[in-house]
Order: sequence, then structure tokens, then C-alpha cells
Amino acid sequence: MTEEQTIVPIKPEELVGRVTELNKAGYRLVQICATKTDNIELNYTFDNKYRFMDLKIALPSVEVEIPSISSVYWSAFLYENELKDLFNIKVKDIVIDYKGTFYKTSVKWPFNPPAPEKPKEEKKND
Amino acid sequence: MTKRTIIPFGPQHPVLPEPIHLDLVMEDEKVVQAIPSIGFIHRGLEKLVEKKDFVEYVYVAERICGICSFIHGMTYCLAVEEIMKLEVPERASYLRVIWSEMSRIHSHLLWLGLFADSFGFESLFMHSWRVREGILDIIEETTGGRVIFGSCKVGGVRKDIDKAGLEIILKKLEKYEKEIKEITDVFINDSTVKHRLIGVGILTKEEAYALGAVGPTLRGSGVSQDMRKLGYAAYKNINFEPITETSGDSYARCVVRIKELFQSIDIIRQAIAKIPEGPLEVKVTGTPNGEYFARTEQPRGEVVYYAKANGTKFLQRLRVRTPTFANVGPLVKVLQGCELADVPVLVLTIDPCISCTER
Repeated sequence: MTEEQTIVPIKPEELVGRVTELNKAGYRLVQICATKTDNIELNYTFDNKYRFMDLKIALPSVEVEIPSISSVYWSAFLYENELKDLFNIKVKDIVIDYKGTFYKTSVKWPFNPPAPEKPKEEKKND
Repeated sequence: MTKRTIIPFGPQHPVLPEPIHLDLVMEDEKVVQAIPSIGFIHRGLEKLVEKKDFVEYVYVAERICGICSFIHGMTYCLAVEEIMKLEVPERASYLRVIWSEMSRIHSHLLWLGLFADSFGFESLFMHSWRVREGILDIIEETTGGRVIFGSCKVGGVRKDIDKAGLEIILKKLEKYEKEIKEITDVFINDSTVKHRLIGVGILTKEEAYALGAVGPTLRGSGVSQDMRKLGYAAYKNINFEPITETSGDSYARCVVRIKELFQSIDIIRQAIAKIPEGPLEVKVTGTPNGEYFARTEQPRGEVVYYAKANGTKFLQRLRVRTPTFANVGPLVKVLQGCELADVPVLVLTIDPCISCTER
């Protein structure tokens, strides 16, 4: 197969600017996804006449808020709500924000569940 | 100002075999806004990659969808093979093309039937599905399965089609091509069908591209884009051009799928003429380490399999972006301003597969 794939690491604050540039250059939004590594990795994938481009963001934690790109690519709201519901990633200013109700999952953030609370140590009565 | 009402459409609706919900904001009979909701049956199959090893997972990938199951399995295999730098034998690549195109034919015939049903043409629905049964018979004879083929594996394919089998396929395709022509002539020429489809749900070229539409939904608006042109499997050796229509309406999306039926038959003929003798698979040793975005063309459009591996036998992440997920945005767009009676037809023009979307 061997499709040439360009993967560019960027910082969260560069996202909207880089995405706007790609939009102006005629790129189509292919997908957005998250990967749980030691932290969180985000991939924003684009295509322009079979030319593949991926912007990769390493998020130090889910507490770091990232801007929505739905003002540039309107249909990004679907992917961004998915990030919120499955990974608990905080995306701000989504054009249609389902506020955690896009997916009906039996557990919250199934792809990035919160660490289980440590059982409290019982006080010993001397 | 006209009073606005909200009509809930789905998740249970006669036109929907699978659950998707739309809140239709209405002004009289006109839809002014549509708000989609999915996720009723989200299965979390991507997460299962943490429990099934990279060889075993192809069984799960095939079960993401009951219509384009083979292409799901193949795309998963392509992603892993690319990471592991496996050279799949030529014969296996050609067999993958043949089964992929069989999937496209049966999927498009299934859609034509459902589409005819959505505008009340019951007999056309039955004829489309009758021919589809014949295609499923070929699939069953060559793979042993009608829905889940089970013939693709990491490194190649599990099953072969001998020379006599390939000749039988050619003979049967000749028969089905004539029958498909008879049925599709009705879709293309019948005045009642045209009345229901022409000028309904227009998606312009610019809108389709900007909204990230894929497959016949995109090509029906005049954008020439087909992931088979990337040359995966043996498509690099097949001569074909993406089929496009320019009017961007429901009729255009229907005509693209109809023309693709004949294109798929032609691709199978080319593949059968060119398929070389040789092994069916390459031995898989070691474990994958790296990442890759495999992109292929399903009947509904581009599917993306992102695989990330860290050298263990379990992938770290598998992400599947299905074509229906990409076409939800364009669907919302075409619903704006349509008549309520056209909603079922318009929903079907993107050929929604919620099973895929709820992977």
C-alpha cells in the first residue's frame, strides 16, 4: 500500500491557526481521534487530492483544554463530541455541544476511565 | 413568525433498520434544522483491541459491519501489514480486490432495494434484493460465508478461487449484469422515481467537500475522489476512474451507485484476467511497532483505520472512522430546508450504516 503520510507534531495553542491554513490550502477534514498513551495523543487528519496530512498533539493531561476547530470545519463537532464522551477531553466552543450526551455509554469516558480511588486506610484503634 | 415544532425522527422508524435519531425543527412542513443523535448502540469494538491480539482482531474488525464486513477486515489487515512491512503476495491482493468489489455490488443492490422501499416502490425493492441474493451466492461459494467472509488475514488471504471457480464467476456476472441493467433502467428512467429524486436534497460540490462527505455522497456532487485510486491491494493494476455526477441531488447519488455496480463488475473482470498464480499469504513473525492510517473505499465511502502499536501483541489503539460517520454532517445540511415527506428518502441517500458508525 505504502501511502506517503506526513505527521506533524504541534502544540495545542497552534491548532486553530494550522487548521485554518490547511482549510485555506483546500484540505478536507478526514478524522479526529485520541489515543491513551501515558498521557493523551490527539490526531487531526486531513486530505487534499490524496495527499495525507496529520497534525499530532501530545496533551499532558485531560485537564488541558483544547480549542474546537468546528468554526473552521463545521462537521468537526461530531469528532469533538466523541472526544469528550469517550476520553473526557475538554474541547471548548464546539458549534453543537452535546455536553456529554452524544454517546449513550454505560460508564463515563470508557476509553479513558478515571483511576480507581485508593481504598481509605482504616484507622486502627489502639 | 411561523410557529416552530420539533418532530423526533427515529431511533425507531420504518425507514431505519438501525437506530439514529434526528430532532427535526419544523416550520409547517419544512425542516429548518436537524440535530442528529447517535450512540444508542455504541459497542466499543475499538477498545477490544486491548484484549484480542493483533492477528485475532481481524475477526472483530469483520464484525464491525454486516454489509461491508470484508473491507473492514481487509483495511485492518492493511494497517497492520504496513506497520510490519509485510509484502502480501500478488494473488492474495487480487483476491482481495475481487471480494471487495463483490461486497460493493451486494451493498449497492441492498441500498437500491431499501431506497426503492423508501419511496414506496415495493416491487423494485424485491427485484433488487433478488439479484443481490445471486451475488451473495457467489460470495458463499468462494468464501463459505454470506455476511462474514472470514477470508482475509494479516499477511494475505485464507481461501483461494481456482480457475474453474473464476470462470463460473465470470459466467454468473454476465447474467447478473443484464438483470442489474433491467432493474437500474427503472431507477434511471421511471418518471415517478425521477419525480421523487431530481432536485431533492441538493448538496453542492463546495458544500460536500467542506463538510467532509465521502463516497457516492461526495461523488454525486461532482468531486472525483475514490480511495481505490491510492492503489491498495491490486487496485494499482486496475484501470478505472471515479464515477461522478454533477447535480448533487438525490438522483445524482443514486446514479453514481448504479454506475458503480457496472464499474465493480468491470473491475472483477480485469482482476480475473490479471490474477497471477502464487502463494496466498506471507508468514507473519514478530509484533507490530509503529503507527499507520489505512484508507480504503467502502461502498459508502472512505474508511480510515488508524492503528498504533508498541511492539507487544496487543495494539495500543485502533481507531475506525467509518464513512457514515463522515456523512452525518452532510446529511444534516441536506435536511435543512427539505419537506418532511422527503426526510426518509434523504436519510437513505447517504446510505447510512449505523452498525459501522456504532463500532
